[in-house]
Amino acid sequence: MTQTAPNPVVKTTTRLPKRIPLFRAAAWLGAFLLIYLAGQWLFDTGTISKSFYMAAVQICIFIIAAVSLNLITGITGQFSLGHAGFMTVGAYTAAVLTHDVHAPFPLALLAGGVMAGALGVLVGLPTLRLRGDYLAIATLGMGEIVRVIFENIPSLGGASGFTGIRKPAPLFGLGDDGFALWGWSILFTVLTLLLISQFIRSSHGRACIAIREDELAAETMGITTVRFKVLAFSVGALFAGIAGGLLAHLVRTITPANAGFLKSVEILVMVVLGGLGSLSGSTIAAAVLTIINFATSDLSTVTLPFVKETSALRTVIYALLLVLLMIFRPHGLWSGRLRLPWRRGVRDVA
Amino acid sequence: MFQQLLQQIVNGLSVGSVYALMALGYTMVYGILRLINFAHGDIYMLGAFVGFWTSSWLSRFPGLVRHPAAAIFLSVPVAMAACALLGVFIERTAYKPLRSAPRYSLLITAIGVSFLLEYLAMAFIGPERQNYHRDPWLSTNLHLATEVSISVQRLLVIVISVGLMLALHAIVQYTRIGKAMRAVSIDQEAARLMGINVDRVISFTFAVGSALAGAAGVLIGMQYQIEPLMGVMDGLKAFVAAVLGGIGLIPGAMVGAYTLGMVETLVKGVDIKLWGVQPSLFADAVAFAILILILLVKPSGLLGKSAREKV
Repeated sequence: MTQTAPNPVVKTTTRLPKRIPLFRAAAWLGAFLLIYLAGQWLFDTGTISKSFYMAAVQICIFIIAAVSLNLITGITGQFSLGHAGFMTVGAYTAAVLTHDVHAPFPLALLAGGVMAGALGVLVGLPTLRLRGDYLAIATLGMGEIVRVIFENIPSLGGASGFTGIRKPAPLFGLGDDGFALWGWSILFTVLTLLLISQFIRSSHGRACIAIREDELAAETMGITTVRFKVLAFSVGALFAGIAGGLLAHLVRTITPANAGFLKSVEILVMVVLGGLGSLSGSTIAAAVLTIINFATSDLSTVTLPFVKETSALRTVIYALLLVLLMIFRPHGLWSGRLRLPWRRGVRDVA
Repeated sequence: MFQQLLQQIVNGLSVGSVYALMALGYTMVYGILRLINFAHGDIYMLGAFVGFWTSSWLSRFPGLVRHPAAAIFLSVPVAMAACALLGVFIERTAYKPLRSAPRYSLLITAIGVSFLLEYLAMAFIGPERQNYHRDPWLSTNLHLATEVSISVQRLLVIVISVGLMLALHAIVQYTRIGKAMRAVSIDQEAARLMGINVDRVISFTFAVGSALAGAAGVLIGMQYQIEPLMGVMDGLKAFVAAVLGGIGLIPGAMVGAYTLGMVETLVKGVDIKLWGVQPSLFADAVAFAILILILLVKPSGLLGKSAREKV
């Protein structure tokens, strides 16, 4: 079949430098440090309320989730529909570790990530050998299996979920316990962005991009495609597990329903909206959509004519957005055209 | 024990028939567009609702008041027609503009359409579960052998589905448009060069597949409660059935669906404990476990032939 329409991923037109330029890395780190300090100051002085804290931490969590899904779907071109399943596995692992073993919070998070990553290898190995939509189907199935399994483990709370998750201590012991996750979530967001953008620039990352562009050609060039696909997939799953662990400790309860298809699609919408293959796009889209979610979270109290369930309208908008984007703006809402004035002419994946 | 097994097989036949009706839609669309039409399960859901409204409206007529079953069966063709129209509408508005786009923009669109239908139904129909008018005649049991019985509605489900599948077989094998469908699924470009109106064939395929899903919706609605999200799980399972039999193959969809239906009812029905857990609790996961297993062992499906990719 001839393919005339452009690939919906943001193309790499310029060669990426092997390392993130020092100046840019420092600028990003500085920006995040500022955001962290500003946030911490606002929370500690009580200027803004608890619900803003919840929103801010969730933005970080969904940035991690969206960027890691982008590594799988946008960079490597593999379609995963089970990202929420990985998050849930990480969430349960981390929650059990801090609750029952009293493991230190960062270790528990990492363990959750490793667990999700291992599951990624387990699912990825058989399915990534195949070309086509098999990964999409298998990951979708995996999410549902995760849900059913956790629903039937009584010691983890069954269908009503794992509750009473411990509050972690704040990062470096700084600040109020009530806002403990702010520092951690910023730290892990920075780590995720740094590691994934560095991964893309490494030879492994280039191999992944090559697979996305043309799998057969990549294989001909000597890339062991299965290895790199599984690698990207499990790394993405690992970060999803970390995001899940953070979410579990923020909400302090985790239910099996979180592993479902709907949650995975919410993350997919973020990636598509921001542009497949664009890390900055995913970051901004995750932030914007999380804010919109918060702003519309009490939609069910509104009554509209003919509408029986107002809260369903949010998903209607999500779905409509997805369809319209694919038809009219397959490169994402801002199509990598989000050009900062001092970076004109450079278009890259990161 | 043997009777129990036989009973579960009979039940499995009925469950498998509904899966087969839906799996056919998945497999036909995949065969032609290489698209997993995620919206298919939601067309089935809307079919169930159209059947519900039509049968409720019909049963107000004097002749049908005391025969809800008759009203339900009269609503089957209505639901099929409505679903066929909806299927073609979705194909024309959402999928057709992406005909030449890469496959995964099509896949993302399909997911979007699916959620759109589900949550529009949730918003405008309401999330409550609804019941068709119950007809006591439908739930009378017919005895087949000692301790093996089948309810009238399950028998009718099997009869109607098999009838529809035979009709589909006739269309695909013995009509002009069926021949065109087969040609397009083998090679779209070559079919176009032979003067086949590919767009029309694709629309027709969506119409037929959606009509079958609509019929499946009514047949399920007659037995169970209906709600806006009923198509998600059933649709996924039907899709697994299509993969199990060999995606893109019409006989494969039927074989896969009956296999899945049997296995699922057997797992649900067995009253034993394995390592202290009841397998029946995990019945929902069975379909997906089968899916991963088939991808491991024989990704082309039970009836599929593996083809090597040519450069």
